[in-house]
Amino acid sequence: MREWWKSGAPWIWLNGGAVTISMLMVFGLIALILVRGFGAFWPHPVIETTYQAPGTDPVTVIGELRRSEQLTGAAMRDAGVDIPEEQPLVTRHLIKLGNRDVTGRDFSYYIDDFMGEWRYPAEATVLERREWGDFFGIPRRLLEQGQVVAEGDGLWEEFQLRVARVNDLWDEIRGIERGEIGRINFQLERVRLDERRAELDGVMTEAMRDQFAQREAALQAQYSELEQRLNALYDDLERDSIVMQEAGGSEVTLRVADVVKAWQPNDMSLPAKVGFYVRDFLDFIGGYPREANTEGGIFPAIFGTVVMVLVMSVIVTPFGILAAIYLREYARQGPILKMVRISVYNLAGVPSIVFGVFGLGFFVYFLGGGIDRAFFPEALPSPTFGTPGLFWASLTLALLTLPVVIVSTEEGLARIPSTIREGSLSLGATKGETLWKVVVPLASPAMMTGLILAIARAAGEVAPLMLVGVVKLAPTLPIDGNFPFIHLERKIMHLGFHIYDVGFQSPHAEAAEQLVYATALILVLLIVTLNLTAITIRNHLREKYRAESD
Amino acid sequence: MLTETRMNQSNSTATGMGTGLFEGTNRQIRSLAHEDIAMTVENLDLYYGETQALKSVSLKIPRQRVTAFIGPSGCGKSTLLRCFNRMNDLVESCHIEGAINLHDVNIYRRDTDVAELRRRVGMVFQKPNPFPKSIYENVAYGLRLQGVKNRRVLDEVVEQSIKAVGLWDEVKDRLRSNAFGLSGGQQQRLVIARAIAIEPEVILLDEPTSALDPISTAKIEELIEELKQRYTILIVTHNMQQAARVSDYTAYMYLGEVVEHADTMDLFTNPGQKATEDYITGRYG
Repeated sequence: MREWWKSGAPWIWLNGGAVTISMLMVFGLIALILVRGFGAFWPHPVIETTYQAPGTDPVTVIGELRRSEQLTGAAMRDAGVDIPEEQPLVTRHLIKLGNRDVTGRDFSYYIDDFMGEWRYPAEATVLERREWGDFFGIPRRLLEQGQVVAEGDGLWEEFQLRVARVNDLWDEIRGIERGEIGRINFQLERVRLDERRAELDGVMTEAMRDQFAQREAALQAQYSELEQRLNALYDDLERDSIVMQEAGGSEVTLRVADVVKAWQPNDMSLPAKVGFYVRDFLDFIGGYPREANTEGGIFPAIFGTVVMVLVMSVIVTPFGILAAIYLREYARQGPILKMVRISVYNLAGVPSIVFGVFGLGFFVYFLGGGIDRAFFPEALPSPTFGTPGLFWASLTLALLTLPVVIVSTEEGLARIPSTIREGSLSLGATKGETLWKVVVPLASPAMMTGLILAIARAAGEVAPLMLVGVVKLAPTLPIDGNFPFIHLERKIMHLGFHIYDVGFQSPHAEAAEQLVYATALILVLLIVTLNLTAITIRNHLREKYRAESD
Repeated sequence: MLTETRMNQSNSTATGMGTGLFEGTNRQIRSLAHEDIAMTVENLDLYYGETQALKSVSLKIPRQRVTAFIGPSGCGKSTLLRCFNRMNDLVESCHIEGAINLHDVNIYRRDTDVAELRRRVGMVFQKPNPFPKSIYENVAYGLRLQGVKNRRVLDEVVEQSIKAVGLWDEVKDRLRSNAFGLSGGQQQRLVIARAIAIEPEVILLDEPTSALDPISTAKIEELIEELKQRYTILIVTHNMQQAARVSDYTAYMYLGEVVEHADTMDLFTNPGQKATEDYITGRYG
């Protein structure tokens, strides 16, 4: 035993074990997110069965199996379910029923013992709808203006065509609403602000007043024209409807306009399922959220996260690098500098919500309020920068990640061999020239390391952002076609906050569960992508400035 | 033989009786004219904090000659060399008294432009220290600092400088590739090319061959022989054979003092001091 201790073998086991446990945890986490996240888009089969609990009438159940679990018979008996005494275990299934508008509940538990045989009818159909979640049922008739146009054979193909038609119509409507009407609203607001500013400055003349009125009238005319086009499109949407038979046997008439897509999973071949999966995944990434974020896509959240991280990088990198250069190269080394350095390092340990509070109090209300009074008085009392927004969120995160950049840059600068500096100085370079021409390029990989750490930290941060600019649903993207194109004052959506919101603030927790995993997956992928980009740049720089001593 | 040629050369440039060359040391071999003196050191004291590293050093450095500093480790020879282009300014605790004159102007005057001084007094270090740039950019660095942008001028100076160190044939096809791709000896010659590209008057060599193999060392030594036609060269070396081979004058230093400064051949064949003799014959310590 003593020999074994002395041999050092226990240390190897201890260290190896620690690494193994860490790896297991990391891979477990990633595997869970991957499986659940990627699983969310797979077209699961639709079950049809009869269910008869003791003492009730049999009912037909149509839906997809979400998960199964085993419970003890005793617990079920306590809950008032009639289970025989001798049965120790009970299996129950969580089935997604959809049809929230018809039955009022879209998820339900069913006990295995009372279920009939599971059938997978080919014509069982899932409709993803713009409202009320999914619908499960069997299509019966397709109506146009109330007249039957397809029934039985050919119904499904015709229905798919009409779904495609309404989707095109919706795209057109959204295009007009987001694009052209958005632009007109933006310009109308511009006219109003210009007018108000002229009044505030006291330079308003009759001629100007007329001009403003003309501009407004012209925009209003454009607006009413668009409104007419929109109304026509909305009327077009009303044309078709589909009659579905739901699980209870009754027929329900649905507007085709409400259907996002329709599929019959039991009838799909594997390649069709894969195709569906890919399309569903792309819709999720590229789509806008619906129904309080529990349905639809997360494109605005992805976009907001990326833009926020980029703006933060643009702020934090120069600041951190300049500060680090001063601390390492120019400042007189002594107790004061030591204190400054300790303060900077400790800034990294401050809880992020504290930064959020600071950002709200100082950036948003104090700085933003000041900017509003100085530059945007015409918009008051409604604030422009004096309210949480993209810029303040980025600035708060920049403050949060500043120590990381400073520490990495300082370490990088400290590693540059003094011989290189001396070589430059001996050629008649001043200290500044030596710094900018030789030392800083050599230290640039270290600066990129700092930026990588900063990005990783910032993209995943949620708590402070809730206070300084991230919202549940932002009406507009922070970048669009209206001058000045990047709107730093706008509120944004963010993946981290989206996870919290969908998972824990949504009315349909069961429906949202898969979205939480999928969104988490996208967040992880996004951070990995951002980091890989930065790492590629860093490796490129390393290659370029590879010193012999490295 | 060698001494004779060198004496002849010296005599041809020496014009009559000038100031004594080796004031403050024990020997006065010859006298050189004032214009043959590139730099003079007057009563230089150097302190690192409380420790005195150089003690009232006085020297005259002859123009377009090679002066070697030898002595045991820690004797202050590198420290002294770094005084000639004020490299010691980088050491915060360093404090200097006395004067070093470059053409009769004290480089330690308050109004000295240190960057300008270092353009006139170039330096090559113990370990090759090329910049992480291309071979071309390394050599052009000093010129670019001076604001030279003309492509033709840069091309020409780079070529001339690299040719002067005998590296042209080895690198002419890869001027744009990274300087770290060169061998240690090539890097050291590149660094010398970089130093002479800005046409200094004096070149300081701080143990330039101690990190190199014998063949590279021989090449550098040949190069020194050529460079002294145009530049005043000061070299620190721990290798006494090297000092004997390449230098015209040698100063032996011990514990921060110049013990003896004389014509190289004289110093090695007929040392004037017991301490010098002990050191060069290996009885030191």
